[in-house]
Amino acid sequence: MAAIYSLYIINKSGGLIFYKDYGLQGRMDTNDSLRLASLWHSMHAISQQLSPIPGCAGIELLEADTFDLHCFQSLTGTKFFVVSEPGTQNMENLLKHIYELYTDYVLKNPFYEMEMPIRCELFDINLAQAIQKDRVSYLGR
Amino acid sequence: MQFFGGSEISPSPPVPTASGNNAHMMYIFNRNGVCLLYREWNRPLRTLDSNQDHKLMFGLLFSLKSLTAKMDPSSTEKGNLGVPQLPGQGCSFHSFRTNTYKLSFMESPSGIKIILVTHPKASDLRESLKYIYNLYVEYVVKNPLYTPGTPIRSVENLIDFNFHYTIGPEASYSTQLLTNMCEVSDDLAQVSLLQHLVYNG
Repeated sequence: MAAIYSLYIINKSGGLIFYKDYGLQGRMDTNDSLRLASLWHSMHAISQQLSPIPGCAGIELLEADTFDLHCFQSLTGTKFFVVSEPGTQNMENLLKHIYELYTDYVLKNPFYEMEMPIRCELFDINLAQAIQKDRVSYLGR
Repeated sequence: MQFFGGSEISPSPPVPTASGNNAHMMYIFNRNGVCLLYREWNRPLRTLDSNQDHKLMFGLLFSLKSLTAKMDPSSTEKGNLGVPQLPGQGCSFHSFRTNTYKLSFMESPSGIKIILVTHPKASDLRESLKYIYNLYVEYVVKNPLYTPGTPIRSVENLIDFNFHYTIGPEASYSTQLLTNMCEVSDDLAQVSLLQHLVYNG
């Protein structure tokens, strides 16, 4: 039912700092989510190497049979990616919105250490609101 | 996905877009990672030598398939990450897009991987990939002189020219193409067959 299955945030070294599962299937193992995040970080980098045109910024959208993966990389190297239903529109805007929430509620939190896992209550609350709003507008279409 | 649709090549090749020059490169790999075919039409940036490049491409695809099989939200039972998957087992991706290129991928049940690197605005190329696979079957696999697992040489095989005609940069009836073919092969029989292919599609 949900358009989004899960959300990952990785730091500039490829380590997972945030993972949220919205799918109906059981949560993925923590270790598995860490491995997948690192794997994605490496794939993102390799895809830049294989570009025929200079100036490649890495994978933005991966289309598979049963899901789509949208990725947004900020200028600082932090990557935000969502696993969603195939053909979901408007994920880029959602990712940019999540980036804004990250800058507001995580980076400006004085107790947050850079590159560490995110444990910020305000970020969780606002993120849940943003996802809910997106879900409502998705169902409304 | 239907691979064995009949003995003829898929009757309607994909409609070429108005402006040619959509494709940058094409790779065909077998299941062991041997690059059977590599064609490039437009590649301004080359970061590695061709051997490294093929290995990197194959490695990227192998790892991405492993990632998508694990990340698949619909299957409940998944193997561990990195377990070698049979072709067709587990969820596989069919394309990814960056800001400078789009890579379309198809794997046949026998493990033949066909990759097309195109402009990022290109539409879904799965039909084109299936068409290329049909060409591969008709002209390469059925060629008695071809040894499986070795790179495809364009003099022996017509896949190169047929592809060049359909969705490569010269996607139009082109006498230039015929001239090129004549330069490569003096064999009149081959040329007449190629002529037939170009004009009758």
